[in-house]
Amino acid sequence: MTTPDKGPPPDLDALHRHAYALRRTMLQMAAGKGEGYIAQGLGFADCLAALYFGELRHDPARPDDPDRDRFLLSTGHYSIAMYAALAEAGYLDRDELPTYALNGSRLPMSTFDDLPGIEVVGGSLGQGLGQAVGMALGLRLDGSPARVFCEFSDGELDEGSTWEALMSGATFDCDNLVALVDCNGIQADGPVTVRIEPVADKLAAFGWDTVEVNGNDLGELTAALAGARAPDGRPKAIVMRTTPGYGVPTVMARERAHFVRIADGEWDGLLRELDEHYGVVAHV
Amino acid sequence: MSSTAPVAGRTRGMGELIDVPDKTTVLAPFGTTLAELGRERPEIVGLTADMGRYSDILPFRDAFPDRFFNVGMAEQNLISMSAGLAKVGKIAYCTTYSVFVTRRAYDFVAIACAHSKANVKIFAGMPGLVNGYGATHQATEDLNMMRGIADLTVIDPCDATELQQVVRAVADIPGTVYVRLPRGRVPVDLDPDSYRFEVGQAKQLRWGGTTGIISTGYMTARALDALSVVADRGIEAGVLHVPTIKPFDVASVLEFARGYERIVVAENHKTTGGLATLVIETLFDAGLLRPVERIGLADSFFECGSQEYLEAKYGVDLGRFVEVLTSSRT
Repeated sequence: MTTPDKGPPPDLDALHRHAYALRRTMLQMAAGKGEGYIAQGLGFADCLAALYFGELRHDPARPDDPDRDRFLLSTGHYSIAMYAALAEAGYLDRDELPTYALNGSRLPMSTFDDLPGIEVVGGSLGQGLGQAVGMALGLRLDGSPARVFCEFSDGELDEGSTWEALMSGATFDCDNLVALVDCNGIQADGPVTVRIEPVADKLAAFGWDTVEVNGNDLGELTAALAGARAPDGRPKAIVMRTTPGYGVPTVMARERAHFVRIADGEWDGLLRELDEHYGVVAHV
Repeated sequence: MSSTAPVAGRTRGMGELIDVPDKTTVLAPFGTTLAELGRERPEIVGLTADMGRYSDILPFRDAFPDRFFNVGMAEQNLISMSAGLAKVGKIAYCTTYSVFVTRRAYDFVAIACAHSKANVKIFAGMPGLVNGYGATHQATEDLNMMRGIADLTVIDPCDATELQQVVRAVADIPGTVYVRLPRGRVPVDLDPDSYRFEVGQAKQLRWGGTTGIISTGYMTARALDALSVVADRGIEAGVLHVPTIKPFDVASVLEFARGYERIVVAENHKTTGGLATLVIETLFDAGLLRPVERIGLADSFFECGSQEYLEAKYGVDLGRFVEVLTSSRT
């Protein structure tokens, strides 16, 4: 990517603290539920930290601001990570987080857009990027400075609609659109089975200004996001290689599981593993 | 399979302008009205999936090229992009053929659009049996499919007069709307000076006799034409036009049905899952247990050919209406 706008250098220490907090929140939300999409959430936490505490122009007090940057979570089942980020950013009261996945909760297992901060209904895979293209075009028509960031997963590249949207993003020169492709190598039945690699080469061939990064390296992520600011007439793609369960070795060891099951007695141990990963000595 | 000799007539081209004898017509009423509306409402955008010419939206494109997007043959993306545009404040009018938006993009209409009450107005061309290209292009179950989606408004306009009013009316109601789109030279059957389309309202157009016809889409025009044919025999019938399939005007249908001995339902659609099913549900729920005769299509796929040939073969032409009216037990 070329000529990124100058901005203040990212405070990587602060982003690390936020990423740690997101992961800790997720483990606490999932504890006692016995299961959940915790592996994907842990793997995606660094990207959420880089967005909500760095790259996104947003104000939790004005979630309907027409000129806000949009973040679309296409994989609605990453909801546990999304709610953690919305709470950390101030959109959600932390007291509500324990209702995750409970009957009647505003925080269901998959994301719905009636919750402030959620831009689209995310559970039916392959629907996010096309909506992001439409948003980017509409914002450009209005002369808005807002940009659109859309997460989708490597498994979602199985869906033909994702490729339709990739072609449209390039056809309509959406340089206010950033695709964040979470390549974690897993989907519902286990490892990604369809031969989708090389993802970055394919996206580049589809006309996207593409970089590939370690999605669990905040230095690489923030540099890629800064590069994606270039108004060069091309949509931007950041192909993120992420490790499911990142930060918690026990979950990482189960990385081929789409839907991780954790026994009741294991959660405290997982929190201790996370603390050790971040070098936190004592956490009550 | 027995060999069959070709019969007179031919399948017409998709974009062919077909003359409508003995009727006043309006050319491309959808696109010309949308272009007018676009001047009044800058938030309107237009999209098509490679069906611009065949859906009459080109007058809007020519008036507002910056607000028009042809996404190519990609109906899922057409609906997703329309939803995205709506979610940043636009009113997205999008076009393709009924078959493609219903059969191929159903999940996207349901979730990206209707679930979010997105301001997406889908104008779906070639609804029902108005296309000679066979089952691939004949949306004979679209009303059934679309009425199954919550928070979706479904409209089947009768003629050019109604279509022009629908184009404007749907801009004023929030949420996602599916409209069956007549294109090309569209006949004028309803009087533009007196007819007023209202979303969700059925309109009684004829009174008299003991037969009550409940109809939607251009089948209402056909019912009116048939009544003209049999008028000199002293045959009259009531006609209730139901342009909005969802939300369904239960009260008007019940009131109308109570006033007639014999109920006939007519639709450019299969006789299962569409208007006839809605009428039967409505009458049954109200305890009004009456036979309902149906003019419409069987649960089948249909062949290629000219519209006249297909309508006669499958029992939805003017002759069928005349036959039903003249067999009336009046």
